[in-house]
Amino acid sequence: MADENAILEVFRYQPDQKSEPTFQRYEVPFHEEWVVLDALNYIKDHLDGTLSYRWSCRMGICGSCGMMVNGDPKLTCSVFLRDYHPQVMRVEPLRGFPVIRDLVIDLDDFMNKMTEVKAWMIPKEERSIEQGEYLQSPAQLARYRQYSTCINCTLCYAACPVYGRHTEFVGPAAIALAQRYNMDSRDGGYEERAETLFDEHGVWMCTFVGDCSRVCPKNVDPAAAIQQAKVSATKDFYRSLVPWGKRRTET
Amino acid sequence: MPRSKEVFWWSLFSAGGVVSAFFFPATIIITGLAVTLGWVTAEDLHALVQNPLVRLYLFVLISLPLFHAAHRLSHLTIDLGLAHARRPSAIVCYGAAIVGTLLAAVGVITGL
Amino acid sequence: MSQVQSHDSESSARGDHAARLYHQPWPSDWWLRRASFTLFMIREITAVFVGGYAIFLLVLLFLPAGAFQAAVQGPVSAFMHVIVLVMALYHTVTWLNLTPKVLVVWRGEERVNPILLTAAHYVGWIVLSLVIVGLVVFLAGGGA
Repeated sequence: MADENAILEVFRYQPDQKSEPTFQRYEVPFHEEWVVLDALNYIKDHLDGTLSYRWSCRMGICGSCGMMVNGDPKLTCSVFLRDYHPQVMRVEPLRGFPVIRDLVIDLDDFMNKMTEVKAWMIPKEERSIEQGEYLQSPAQLARYRQYSTCINCTLCYAACPVYGRHTEFVGPAAIALAQRYNMDSRDGGYEERAETLFDEHGVWMCTFVGDCSRVCPKNVDPAAAIQQAKVSATKDFYRSLVPWGKRRTET
Repeated sequence: MPRSKEVFWWSLFSAGGVVSAFFFPATIIITGLAVTLGWVTAEDLHALVQNPLVRLYLFVLISLPLFHAAHRLSHLTIDLGLAHARRPSAIVCYGAAIVGTLLAAVGVITGL
Repeated sequence: MSQVQSHDSESSARGDHAARLYHQPWPSDWWLRRASFTLFMIREITAVFVGGYAIFLLVLLFLPAGAFQAAVQGPVSAFMHVIVLVMALYHTVTWLNLTPKVLVVWRGEERVNPILLTAAHYVGWIVLSLVIVGLVVFLAGGGA
């Protein structure tokens, strides 16, 4: 039972009606246990059916409900009204991305980046089904495990001051995932990824502000992944200069 | 897309970062405060700097930190949203570090 | 032919889509909007002082005795050095604190505690600094 209201100022952009965005104020019942996404759903169901936003799982796994809440990138399913109330909540689309409508951002650039860095397993050796599974020890799993928990929510891109002005930067999540596969003992795609990863728009563009790691809801620590990728590129470079240096095969 | 040459500059940046992090505070105390505080005399310090090993130490402390600073300053263009100026600023910054390194080498050799 | 047409209409739909996108501006004073951003910017600016001090050392190599002795004493020199020292210490602290992000040490399945790694670096730095200052005071004093 709510006897007070929480106030949200929501970013509205409807290109079919108006070429400039506006903010619209909504009052929703305040509940202790409501997350910001619950408030948006209340608006959609009871106040204004024209509001557009993405959401799916409501439990911090699908990564689709990321938005700026009072200027900070958040999964709206994971922040409560009580974290802000009685302060007014200003809800905006994730920064750094083009806006399609209201709180819905265009993810094409991010998706292309995942393809460019080949954020998938490129097996070191092809094995047939008869040959059985690709084996991996717990120690080998531990090396990349942290980076494998990324849910592609793009909060790190919204936090990144480099990506914010320079969308040619490959960016935190794509580099962290590339590093995740590079560090996987079963993977042999290091050389294929290197072209994009170690290009001038790859890891070298990162100035290590570190905000990507602060906002990551899954503690992936993309900033660390990027710096470690720089180190492995450096080792690789100096090994290639000396005759006895062998090309890098694993981290 | 070719792999960037930045791997080389970054390695100098990070070597210079380590050197300046570990050696600069103590060295600054020596050249800036040791004489004023009466720990050593200025004459003794000058004599010490003529020692070949000390000059080699100073060469490392000049060259690598110059590359460290050059890298950070040229990357400031990215933080300020001026990535189009990244290449010219890199040429100026790394160029200055190279000139500084050559001068330091001359200084060390002529002093030997 | 019909394939070509459908391709055309698809690309024009894409062009239309792109034209309707709203591009959010990024504030040029972003580094003033969050304390951690400002601290980051100060960290990058330490490079001015690190580079400046390296140039000072370069000049010291060439200075004749009289000018050298003037450069390493007196209130003006001490004051400048204190400012450079503060910035250099800021560089040292931020550099050492970020070391475990770059350097990951594994012992089997366990990652060596990052705090331990940082602490070891701090101990190394302090010992090294004491050795350098001690050595100079000893050598310079003994050499006279």
